[in-house]
Amino acid sequence: MRPAVPVGNDNMRKLYHFHGGIHPPSNKTQSTRATIARAPLPAKLVIPLHQHAGETAKPVARVGERVLKGQLIGMPDGIVSSAVHASTSGTITAIDMQLIAHPSGLPNLCATLVPDGKEEWAPRKTIDYRDHSPAGLQHLLRMAGVVGLGGAAFPSDLKLSLDKHKITTLVLNGAECEPYITCDDMLMRERAAEIVQGAEMLRFMLDAEEVLIGIEDNKPEAIASMRAAVAAGGHQRMEVIAVPTVYPGGGAKQLIRVLTGIEVAAGVRSTDMGVQCFNVATAYTIHRAFAHGEPLLSRIVTITGNVLHPRNYEVLIGTPIAELVALGVALPDTDSYIMGGPMMGFPLPSVQVPLVKATNCIIASSKKIFPPSPPVMPCIRCTRCADVCPADLQPQDLFWFAQSREFGRAQAFNLFDCIECGACSYVCPSHIPLVQYYRFAKSEIHAREHDKQLADKARIRHDYREQRIEREKQEKADKLAAREKAAQAARLADAQPLTAQQQAEQAGIETSRAHIRELAQSAVEHADEGTTK
Amino acid sequence: MLSALLVMSAIAAVLGAVLGFAAIKFHTEGNPLVDKIDDVLPQTQCGQCSYPGCKPYATAIAAGEADINRCPPGGEEGIRKLAELLGVEFKPFGEDAVPKAKSLAVIDESTCIGCTLCIQACPVDAIAGAAKQMHTVIASECTGCELCVAPCPVDCISMQVIGEKIANWKWKYPVYAMTATT
Repeated sequence: MRPAVPVGNDNMRKLYHFHGGIHPPSNKTQSTRATIARAPLPAKLVIPLHQHAGETAKPVARVGERVLKGQLIGMPDGIVSSAVHASTSGTITAIDMQLIAHPSGLPNLCATLVPDGKEEWAPRKTIDYRDHSPAGLQHLLRMAGVVGLGGAAFPSDLKLSLDKHKITTLVLNGAECEPYITCDDMLMRERAAEIVQGAEMLRFMLDAEEVLIGIEDNKPEAIASMRAAVAAGGHQRMEVIAVPTVYPGGGAKQLIRVLTGIEVAAGVRSTDMGVQCFNVATAYTIHRAFAHGEPLLSRIVTITGNVLHPRNYEVLIGTPIAELVALGVALPDTDSYIMGGPMMGFPLPSVQVPLVKATNCIIASSKKIFPPSPPVMPCIRCTRCADVCPADLQPQDLFWFAQSREFGRAQAFNLFDCIECGACSYVCPSHIPLVQYYRFAKSEIHAREHDKQLADKARIRHDYREQRIEREKQEKADKLAAREKAAQAARLADAQPLTAQQQAEQAGIETSRAHIRELAQSAVEHADEGTTK
Repeated sequence: MLSALLVMSAIAAVLGAVLGFAAIKFHTEGNPLVDKIDDVLPQTQCGQCSYPGCKPYATAIAAGEADINRCPPGGEEGIRKLAELLGVEFKPFGEDAVPKAKSLAVIDESTCIGCTLCIQACPVDAIAGAAKQMHTVIASECTGCELCVAPCPVDCISMQVIGEKIANWKWKYPVYAMTATT
C-alpha cells in the first residue's frame, strides 16, 4: 500500500489512495445524453423470488390470483432474505421454475404476472422515520424488499442491524466506477434531493455522525446536483466529495479507504471500524419506501453498448430484458448481452430473462466492442496483476493455488479478500482469465465448508441415535429385571407349607410320572429294536 | 560409590515422579488419531467400507487394518485428505468401491405401508413416521447412505440424484485452449 498521500481535490478535503487500480475507457457519455425515461408496461412480467443474497422468498400469492401493484408475493424466508412484490397490478398466471439472469444459466422459482394495465396500487403507508425505532424501520425495509442496488443485492436491513458497533461515518457510494454503467450518475443528476433524504434516513437508523457522499470526478453534473441538494436541504455534516476516477474506486472498501483513510483489514468488516457504506440508489429506494410507502418495484437500468439509442430507463422488476433491448434498438451484429459492466458483469443465458433488483446495466455486445480474448498463454510471473490489485493481494500466487486446487493455501493468501473486480485479468499480458480461477476456488471452498457442516450434523445425529439405542436397551433390560424380581417375590409370598396329605399326593403323582417316563423310554427302545431288525 | 548410587536413584525417583505426574495430567481419553480421521470422513454412516459406520472405519484405519480407499461417499478428495493426514501415498478406488453422484432417499408416500423398517435402518434419524402411518424423509438430514432402501418390503424408497440448482451451483474450473509458442 502506498503511503497515505493526500490527493488534491476541489473541496480541499484530504483524500487517500488505495492500492493499484486501472483506467479502462469509461464509455459512459453515450448513455447520459438523454434523461431517464420510463419503460412502457410489458405484456408479461416474470418476477424471480430469489433476487437478493440469501434465501429464496416464499411465494405467498396463488396462481390465478389478482394482485395489486406493490402487493407482497414473496415472503422473506430466513434471516438473510428479502421480500418480493408485484411490480404492477394484474393476474398471477404461474409460479414455476424459469430461466433467470444468473451465470449458471439455471432456472429458479419465478412468479409470472400478466399486467391489467390499471397500475392499481395496494394500500401505501407513508411514515415519518423519526417516529420509529431503528429496529422497526429495519423490519419495514425487509418487508419493502429493499436490497443493495450496487450489484450484490444484499438485504439492506441486515446492513443496518449493528447492535454493538458504533458507526461514526456513513459513506454513500455514488462512485460508479465500472465502464458503461450510468444509472447512478443519472439518478444523482435527476433525483438528488430524494437520495439525500434517503441518506438522512440511513444516518438516523445507523446513528451515524457524518455522511460522506463519494462520486468519481468524471461525473461533474452529478456532483453539482448532489451538492445543490445537500445545500438546499440544509443538511449538516453531509458532504459531497469528488474522488479520483480509478477502477475499482466504487468498491466499498476502496471508497472507504479513499474518503476516510481507513483500511479495512482481511476478515474485518467496515462496521468494526465505524463506517458503513450504501449505494446512492439504495438510499433513494429507502426514501421511496418510507416517505411514499412504495416497496422496491422498479429501478434505473442503463441500456448501452451496441445499440442505436443508449439511455437509462426506469424499469419494473420482472420486465423481460428483451423489452429493454428493443427500446435501445440493438444493432444487427449484436451477438450477446451482458448484465452489469464489462469488468464484473456476465453474459446473459438468454435475452428473455427478467430484469432483477441487481440489474444496473445491460450491454449489447458485439465482436467490434468486445473483441474475443487473444489466446491464453502461460503465466510469466510478471506481477502486473499484483501491481493493480485493489485488495493488495498476490493474484499470481492465488492463480497458481487455484489452478492446482490448493485451496487451503489460496485461503491463507486471503483469496476471500478478492472483490473479483477483474483488474488483474485486464492487465494480464498472457490473457489468463484470472477471476474465473478465483471464483472457481471460492465456490469450491464454500461447497466444502457446506459439506463439512452437513457431515458434522450427521455425526451428531448418529451419535445421539447410538446413545438412544443404548439407553433404550438398558431401560428394557432394567424393566425386565424388575419384573423378574417382582415375580420371584410374588412366588415366595405365595409359597405356603404343604399338609401331610398334600405331600403324599404330590409324591404319588411324581411316582406315576416316573413310571410313565419309564414306559415311554422302553417303548422307544423297542421301536429302535424293531427298526434295526 | 554409595553417594553415586544415591544420587542416581534420587534422579531416577524424581524423573519417575515427573513422568508419572505427566501421564496423569496430560492423559488423553481414546485415540486422537481416530477422531482426526473421523473428522475427514463424510459421516454418511453407510457401511460401504464394510465397517458398521464412519467411526469404526476410522478406528480400523488408525489401527492399520483398513485401506484409505474404502469410502466412496468421501470421493477422491477424501482419499487425498486421509493420505495427507496419515502421511501415506494416495490410493485410487478399487473396482468394488466407486463413488456415485450424491443422492437423496425419497419415499413414495402413496405406496408406503408404515412398517417403520426404514426408520429403524436410518443411521441419522432422517426418516419421520410411526407404525401404520406414512413415513417421509427429512431431506435436509438425509446423507444418501441407501441403508433404508433394502429393508423396505414394498420397495417404495428410491434414491434420487441431487441435480445442479442455483443454490448448489459452483463456478467451473476454467477450460480454454493453450497455444504453444515456438
